[in-house]
Amino acid sequence: MSEIRKIRLAEHIVEIVSDSGEGAQKAANTFAEACAMMGNGLWTVEVIPSEIQPPPHTTGATSGNRIRLADHAVTNAGDLAHLVLAFNEMSLLSRIEADALAEDVIVVIDNKWANDPELSIQKSYAEVLDDVRARGGTVIEIPMEEETLKLIEDPRRGKNMFAVGLLAFIYARDIEVFDRIITKTFRTKSEGVRQQNIELLRRGFEYAEKHIDFQFEITPQPSEVSQMVMNGNTAIALGSIAAGFKLCSMYPITPATSASHILSEIFENFGGIVHQAEDEIAAIGAALGGYYSGVPSLTITSGPGMALKTEFQGLAVMTETPMVIVDVQRGGPSTGLPTKIEQSDLLHALYGAPGDAPKIVISPSTIEECFHVMTTARKLAEEFRIPVIVLSDANLATGQQLFPRPEITVDSLAPPMDQNPVAPGSLPFDWDETTGLSQRTIPGQPGGMSVTTGLNHSKDGKVKYDYESNQHSHRMRSRKLATLKHALKPPPLFGDPNAGLLLVGWGSTRGAIEEAVERAMAQGIPVASMNIQFLSPLPPGLKEIFERFQKVMTVELNYSDEWGDPLIDEETRRYSQLATVLRSQTLVDVDCFSRVPARPFMPKEIHEVIVRECGRLALPGQPSADVSSSTTQA
Amino acid sequence: MNRLTIEEFGNDVCDVQPHTLEDYESDIPRWCKGCGDHGVLLNLQQLLLDERIEPENVVAVSGIGCSSRLPHYLRAYGFHGVHGRALPISLGVKLARPDLNVITVMGDGDCFSIGAGHWLHTLRYNVNILVLVLDNGIYALTKKQASPTSPQGTVSNTSPFGSYLQSLNPLSLMLGISNMSFLAQSATWLPTHMEATMRKAWDHKGLSFVRILQRCPVYMPDQFGVGSDLSWSFLEDENGIAVDPALTRRAVVKQHNPRDLKAAQQVALRESPSPMGLLYWNPDLPTYEEVRHSHAPALEQDEFLRRLDDLMDKYTVHSNAGAI
Repeated sequence: MSEIRKIRLAEHIVEIVSDSGEGAQKAANTFAEACAMMGNGLWTVEVIPSEIQPPPHTTGATSGNRIRLADHAVTNAGDLAHLVLAFNEMSLLSRIEADALAEDVIVVIDNKWANDPELSIQKSYAEVLDDVRARGGTVIEIPMEEETLKLIEDPRRGKNMFAVGLLAFIYARDIEVFDRIITKTFRTKSEGVRQQNIELLRRGFEYAEKHIDFQFEITPQPSEVSQMVMNGNTAIALGSIAAGFKLCSMYPITPATSASHILSEIFENFGGIVHQAEDEIAAIGAALGGYYSGVPSLTITSGPGMALKTEFQGLAVMTETPMVIVDVQRGGPSTGLPTKIEQSDLLHALYGAPGDAPKIVISPSTIEECFHVMTTARKLAEEFRIPVIVLSDANLATGQQLFPRPEITVDSLAPPMDQNPVAPGSLPFDWDETTGLSQRTIPGQPGGMSVTTGLNHSKDGKVKYDYESNQHSHRMRSRKLATLKHALKPPPLFGDPNAGLLLVGWGSTRGAIEEAVERAMAQGIPVASMNIQFLSPLPPGLKEIFERFQKVMTVELNYSDEWGDPLIDEETRRYSQLATVLRSQTLVDVDCFSRVPARPFMPKEIHEVIVRECGRLALPGQPSADVSSSTTQA
Repeated sequence: MNRLTIEEFGNDVCDVQPHTLEDYESDIPRWCKGCGDHGVLLNLQQLLLDERIEPENVVAVSGIGCSSRLPHYLRAYGFHGVHGRALPISLGVKLARPDLNVITVMGDGDCFSIGAGHWLHTLRYNVNILVLVLDNGIYALTKKQASPTSPQGTVSNTSPFGSYLQSLNPLSLMLGISNMSFLAQSATWLPTHMEATMRKAWDHKGLSFVRILQRCPVYMPDQFGVGSDLSWSFLEDENGIAVDPALTRRAVVKQHNPRDLKAAQQVALRESPSPMGLLYWNPDLPTYEEVRHSHAPALEQDEFLRRLDDLMDKYTVHSNAGAI
């Protein structure tokens, strides 16, 4: 090819998909790492097959990644993919069926299937590609397997690196960067394997150079500050170590387990232990026993595990034992969608447990926050003698993002365990009447012996059954939330604080919401958004802020009834989870836009909501459109 | 040179006040008159005193039930948790703080019914804790429901026409669990034997499971027969628990080597009389906490920070100067 068109772009969304086991994820991670090293903004999301060994060459077998790279910081996975590198047409089809690809998508595909001995495969290959072209897409067929076989015998061990080479050319990547990455990725393999992979990548690059007539240039912005790249579960694992936890007690559950896997490999190197218990209840029980004895302990789970752990959460509240529970939320109810995102445990986190059991609930909204929230959680759990629930989700768990490397000093670490003698006359629940806080004694401290019980008790820990004692102990446990709330600030507003519409979100929807707000603002549509990090207690000032807007609505990934559906009206409509909480706390008529799509929101979906809702709001001097009982809701 | 005894050294040189039984007493027990729990508490207090264990180094964990009230009456760090879940908490305490002495007290319903999953698995983990199950074959605190160890036909509030099932044999079940290391049985009406059993259990490094039979004076006054109907059998061995010669006149005494698992399983399968004594003992098994801690030694702060730095390096993107 003589003339290579260089096209400058602000961002591109690339998907790499193959059958499970063919290495698309490794290819994607290699490519993503190179982009990160070169200084591009990055967000990646895994495409996960639902079975361990699905039948090959089917849409159910698709495994891979979506990579969004940009010349600026990236906060979410974006809208529709611009380019797909597919190892076969069924992987491609699965992404078409998932509505993940743009109409004018560029498809780079292995052409070995065009002449496959199976006629049905030849047919499906041709049909899928014809369909792509008919809808405005471009297809670039590459003999990936053929080229790979020139160098190695088993294409499954190298086609992915060849594919990375293709992409390296298309995105004008620095080939030397890949040499360094491959050396690191394959460090446990032999020198021969490493060289082979480097060579395969170069061949892919050279093939593309000869046969592809365009390149995309997405300008990197190298950072002054050291950046780390990892997924949310890794951030929770590393953040737990940095926070000073020493015991992680868990039971396997998707999508939480990978955090424990990482800890299992490295925790012992830091004096920590990952304990796999016989079930979810034993897991939280051991964490409670550990923290009761003075050792910072956490448990990591997902929705169904949270349900099982509820009684123990109540016990932690009643005994005022510090506890940190990480809930990596997934699709529910019941077994639901184990690998898919949903923000479905908020109400459970707030209110699960018998009786009145106030807990602290925090939700990180970025992968960087997943790291730092663990220190916050530990400190709050200990200071307030209360369980702290960290609500993460499947999107944060598997998505990768760049963030500035934290500075860990001696001050970040947990203080040494207090084993000093306790002053005579000290009480185990010596509540400060104003704050509800008290100093706990740790087993081993001379003179601090007392019984800690789940039964109602007074300051000295003794069981009490009367009205006054029960009322008082409730008052003290509840007071802790008011105390913490006084230390919080109202969340900042993003976008235009004078707009008519305010979107409120929590957790990982933040990136998509803010991008949608930016898009609307760029079009001249004023809108504001707010991300809530503390769900219990809520931050102060919400009612006052909400009342400045004509309309407030939450944007969430959990279920609510839709206006306009049969039988759904103001009497029957079930609101989404954060909306329910905000309505009850602020008495503001907070509306909601929520769905359970089994994937993150795309900014364009939220942008559509902004445009629609702003269109209905009153302009100065005009009556507002009736939003709530409209039958033309989309 | 004046040689001091350990007591003299403690009292005169270190000025440590000798403990008395009172130092291990907390509230006055609220158990019914005639309940065997009183004896268990007393034995435990005496044991801790004799072993010179400081009260602050004792964590007593219980579930829910009459017997689970014990931590309220023992002067130590007591944790009275939720029904069936004492063992996970105990495991957590011991795993986090191997330096502490952990005692778990449960009833038959708490351990063998709702807590069964934790019961089986904690035995296999073999944490070095003392586990006492006070088995009176009934749910007493909730006012008489049949438990897994109630004899078949027990009339209770949930089985007014008699309980339907054969009772569970927890001994034979436990002897089927790999990695379990100590199983003994006694009864509250055999105070000397019970005391000796608890001491033997205390001396064992590993999970010492002691099932203590007792008769609830309120809800099961006729259990185990009446007066001279009561029959029992003892296991005897040089490594076992001493049997009072006075008792052997009316009881069957069987020689049993507690190191022999198969023999123990045979003995356990005997329905009645359920044998008292040391059924099984394996002192050679490592404990869970020692295995785990041997691979996870505590670090000095500087070393911890250095390793954390190395770890974060692995995830740090070393930016490429001179990119396109």
